[in-house]
Amino acid sequence: MTVEFDTSSPKFAEYAEPGRLVTGEWLEARLGQPGLVVVESDEDVLLYETGHIPGAVKVDWHTELNDPVVRDYVDGKGFAELLSSKGISRDDTVVIYGDKNNWWAAYALWVFSLFGHEDVRLLDGGRDKWIAEGRPITTEPTVRERTEYPVVERDDSVLRAYKDDVLAHLGNPLIDVRSPEEYNGSRTSAPAYPEEGALRAGHIPTAKSVPWARAVAEDGGFKPRAELDAIYREEAGLSDGEPIIAYCRIGERSSHTWFVLKHLLGFENVRNYDGSWTEWGSAVRVPIVTGDAPGEVPGRS
Amino acid sequence: MIERMTETTLPASLAEIRDEFLELPEPERLQLLLEFSNELPAIPARYEGHQELLEQVLECQSPVFIAIEVDDDDRVAMFATAPREAPTTRGFASILVQGLSGLTVDEALAVPDDYPDSIGLRRAVSPLRLSGMTGMLARAKRQIRAKRHSS
Repeated sequence: MTVEFDTSSPKFAEYAEPGRLVTGEWLEARLGQPGLVVVESDEDVLLYETGHIPGAVKVDWHTELNDPVVRDYVDGKGFAELLSSKGISRDDTVVIYGDKNNWWAAYALWVFSLFGHEDVRLLDGGRDKWIAEGRPITTEPTVRERTEYPVVERDDSVLRAYKDDVLAHLGNPLIDVRSPEEYNGSRTSAPAYPEEGALRAGHIPTAKSVPWARAVAEDGGFKPRAELDAIYREEAGLSDGEPIIAYCRIGERSSHTWFVLKHLLGFENVRNYDGSWTEWGSAVRVPIVTGDAPGEVPGRS
Repeated sequence: MIERMTETTLPASLAEIRDEFLELPEPERLQLLLEFSNELPAIPARYEGHQELLEQVLECQSPVFIAIEVDDDDRVAMFATAPREAPTTRGFASILVQGLSGLTVDEALAVPDDYPDSIGLRRAVSPLRLSGMTGMLARAKRQIRAKRHSS
């Protein structure tokens, strides 16, 4: 069972896929509706417990979506078990929201998409906007009946890029969504974030720098279509039909940009390189450019 | 033998907190961490407007700042401040504030550096997040060492 799209927002109507976003007003009016599951996904593993949208379940990126041993996502069996335990069915409409302007919500949406969960949407503006609008929050634990989510193998071939894919992709558009300091090589992690495990600093040759937050409007939601087009098409030079790869440090901020490029601007072939800088910046003999200029594709012999 | 040594050097305050966590099944440990988070006392007013007296814990993903005081009798007091939207980090800070405050310098410095790994949160919280608490403890001990009166 799928829930109708939110057609209330003129801003959404301009996007390539208006149905990928919902407003707080739309969601509040539909809480508890069969076929709709609200998922909170945050950077902070305890934030959900301090208060969440009534009826929402928590999906944690680190302890639930990642494999505990290998640096990878859960497999088809693991995902089926996770979603069954959360009470989510394959044909449910899933609306995800979270902290930090939906970084982790977008990341969760991207992982759901790797498993082909068809109807997965974001709450525009995420957790902060919902609270700012004075909408209901509860600490009441959510109890949903267990479902039988089918085992569907993850398909990494369309939406996900591995390091070797990025090497083969050089010469095609790459978007680096990290901070300018991380891009030019003066540091390896976001300002105010711990330095975590990259041995070299800089960016992948030819990558354009478009920090993720440029897609965010003052109210915490996504910027309108025309402003996003100006940033990504005019300024960064992306054009339809080209394959695009976005990356950041571990793939969470670039999921946010991936969502913008894929669902709001309608680029068909967009992949997220989740290995991102923590892999590239430590890999042996991959090309790296420092400084503010994108740099050139290194010569191949 | 090694475990016995750890037993004897871990102050009672931190041992109690550890046992409280370990007695609970894993999912309920998060609730206990949330309780600690809610118990974090406000930082004393004398620190307001004196950011330079506070040390940021860069290992944490959220802005958390700590301050250590050592009195004339070499007793330790720890204070911390972290935003409400970062309850996990607040919880870590609260555990250390409760566990370290009131100890002598020697007792505090004897706390094993891997204490955060011993309280049963690795799976519930994830090792990456827990490393923030390890960083917090290391910074607290460094300040205690620098501020001790006896040598």
